[in-house]
Formats: sequence, C-alpha cells, structure tokens
Amino acid sequence: MRDFSYIAAKTIPEAVALLDEKGESARILAGGTDLIVQVREARRDVDWMIDIKSIPEVNVLNYDATTGLTLGAAVECYKIYADDAICDAYPSLIDATKIIGGTAIQGRAGVGGNLCNASPAADGIPPLIVLNASCVIVGPNGEREVPVEDFCTAPGQTVIKKGEMLVSVKIPAPANNSSSYYLRFIPRNEMDIAVVGAGASVTLDAEKKTIVAARIALAAVAPTPLFAEEASALLAGREVSDEAIDAAAEAAQAIARPISDMRGTAEQRTHLVGVLTRRALNGAIQRVREAT
Amino acid sequence: MARRSHVQTTLNGETVEFLCEPRQSLLEVLRDELHLTGAKEGCNNGNCGACSVILDGRLVNSCLVLGVETEGKSVETIEGVADPDKLHPIQDAFLENAALQCGICTPGFIMSAKALLDENPNPTEHEVRYWLAGNLCRCTGYDKIVRAVLDAAAAK
Repeated sequence: MRDFSYIAAKTIPEAVALLDEKGESARILAGGTDLIVQVREARRDVDWMIDIKSIPEVNVLNYDATTGLTLGAAVECYKIYADDAICDAYPSLIDATKIIGGTAIQGRAGVGGNLCNASPAADGIPPLIVLNASCVIVGPNGEREVPVEDFCTAPGQTVIKKGEMLVSVKIPAPANNSSSYYLRFIPRNEMDIAVVGAGASVTLDAEKKTIVAARIALAAVAPTPLFAEEASALLAGREVSDEAIDAAAEAAQAIARPISDMRGTAEQRTHLVGVLTRRALNGAIQRVREAT
Repeated sequence: MARRSHVQTTLNGETVEFLCEPRQSLLEVLRDELHLTGAKEGCNNGNCGACSVILDGRLVNSCLVLGVETEGKSVETIEGVADPDKLHPIQDAFLENAALQCGICTPGFIMSAKALLDENPNPTEHEVRYWLAGNLCRCTGYDKIVRAVLDAAAAK
C-alpha cells in the first residue's frame, strides 16, 4: 500500500487544523472500510490519514423523543441497530445499517463514512434523506448545517471544503403516526451493492387513512442519491390508495437517470425505481398502521 | 517513508508491543510482524472474511484495520481460541460436522462464529446464516458450517 502518515486527532479543532494544513493530501479515517481499500488499490492518493475515532463529538449517539437523534460521524452501524429507541423511531435507518456489508463491516463502518464516501449506491443515505436529516459540518470558519439531500455533489464528491469535517448527523424526532422504510434490489440475499435502493417516510393522519406528508429518496439511479421531491409532494393530502402510490412511483421514475453497468441496465433500474418506491411506501404505511 | 510507530495492544489476553508502518494493516502486523498466521489474507478488501478477528469485542476484517489503530485495544485471533489442553466447543463442532475442506476460510469462520455466540448464545439458523454472510467458503460447505455453529450453541 502507498506510504502515508497516521495521526489520531483528539479534538475537533486539532482535526480541522490538520485538514486545513494538509488539504487534499489528508483524508479522515473513521471505519476505514472504504478508505483503506481505496488507498490500497491506488484509487485515492492520501499522505495523511487523520483518525477521528478518539474525538468525543463524533462518537455521540443520543436520541431524545422530543429533540431527535444526534448521530456522530464515526458511530458504527452495529451501535445504531443495537439501540431499541432508535430502531422504533427510525426504522428505515435500521433497514439500511443492517445491510451495509456483513457483520465485520458493520463493526467498523458508520453512516457518517457512508455519507462522506458519497457512493451513488450508498444504502445509508436515502434513509437520512427521508428522515429529514442534516449534516453538521465544522471547519476553520465554524459550523454549518447542510440537508442530507444536498450533501453529495457527484460520485465520491461532497460539499465538504478544505479544512472541514462532518461531525454528526441530526435527525428530527419522528412525527406522530409516522414511519419509514428502506429496501434495495440485489441479486443475492446479502453482502452486495444496490442495483437500486429506495427509501420512504410517511406521516398519516390520526385515522391512519390519509397521508399528511411523505418523503421518497432513491439510490443508484443518478450520480448522487436523490430526493424525489415532486413524487413526495404528490402524496401530501392524498388518501392511502394504490392510485396515489402508483402516481408517486411514476414521478420517482421520472427523475431517475440511471446508467447501465455490470449490476443492471438503465431500463431495469428505471423499472426497479417504480417497484421499490411502491414497496417502500407500502412498507412505511404498514409500519405506521401496525404501531400501537 | 513514514516512521514506524510503537504500538502496545492486548493480544489474546497478553500485552504485546510491536513496531509497524502506518500503512500496515492489522492483518499484515499479525502475520508479518507477530508471526501469527492463523488469520488469512483472501481478498484483502473486506469481502471474504478470511482475516476476521475480534477487536474490542467486535468482529472486524483485520485487512480493513490499520495496525496503528490497535494502540490500547484488545485483539482476539484464532490462536487464542483454544485452551492449551482442549479445543473450543466451536472448533470441536467444526471437526464433528466436517465443516471444512481446504481450511483457508476456517479461522475466519470460527472467529465470526465465536463473536456471534458471545453475543447471542442461542441463534436461529437464519441468524447464523446472516451473521456469517461476510465469510466466504469457496469449497462451498456452508450447510456443514451452519450446522456446526448451531451444534456449538446447543453444546454450551
């Protein structure tokens, strides 16, 4: 593997100062399940790996039923799905963290790294989009927040600028009568990369018959994970019905601009967007209705 | 070249110190510096699980951990699984079920199974299969492996 230096930063200011000084030659090391492979395979030139796992703020996993979840950028997947309150509040996030790699990957990889790796097929990102999450970024000029749907800008590229780092993801507390769902299509049962992924969140009225609000997000059908804004808006105020869900699925298909590659053709992916969007919406609705 | 770092870690219950370059993975440190060759290099990119070890109680791919990251941590490898005078119940169950052919994947499977049973002493077959999904056997003896893990759980 390429030669590089390793520094375990103890504080955010220390990490930010190092990132600012080293610029493009530095990369943050959290779980390392993408980064170490990329450096080993000479797909990324890194001279400095800055390990952030000793920084308290990136290890925060704090859920409060009124203020929501603060998810530190280095929190590993297994810690997320081990928390019963988080499983109840954000089921789509749990759907995703349980299928990112296998057990050994989930012991190291986290959602923060999934975001910063910015794969179009990232399973962790659509759930964050549908859950209205925002990214807390700290840099030399202080802190800023970016909605998750605006975080990735191209494959492997994000809004993170020189000297900046993702510290945490904030997810609002779930509304009453709401739930969420994420699923992907893969030709195997596990340990694979999404051909297409789809997430949905829905909030129903007190009778659980009418959709008050919905959000739909897609993976692996564009250079970045997509927020299907128009498809989501179509559902607000509609009674739950196959017609409403079909209309949203068609609108989601309309924004997909997939490529053909070894995992699937553009035609198959566009078809899958419809299938998976319907399943994600129905899955989320079913979860609301089953909740007591 | 980056300087070699001094690292102190707990390996199979004993304190060890080693020198390594930042670019050396934990797998390379185990095999090349500490001469523990139980963990195997298969894919070297996190897909095959042949290098599985337990780091601070969590199953990880040692090819995806840097040796320098283990400072102050605890590492369990296949070499620490058996008692000096008897095999671990999981190892016995692998032998009883003939759950290995060429053996390259076996240390990884046993570490993975150990991590599972440490956390969930009575897993269902479904849970065993999902937990072991990150360990590949190209002799394709999965059924025997799954039965061995279930037997080991029952024997405890």
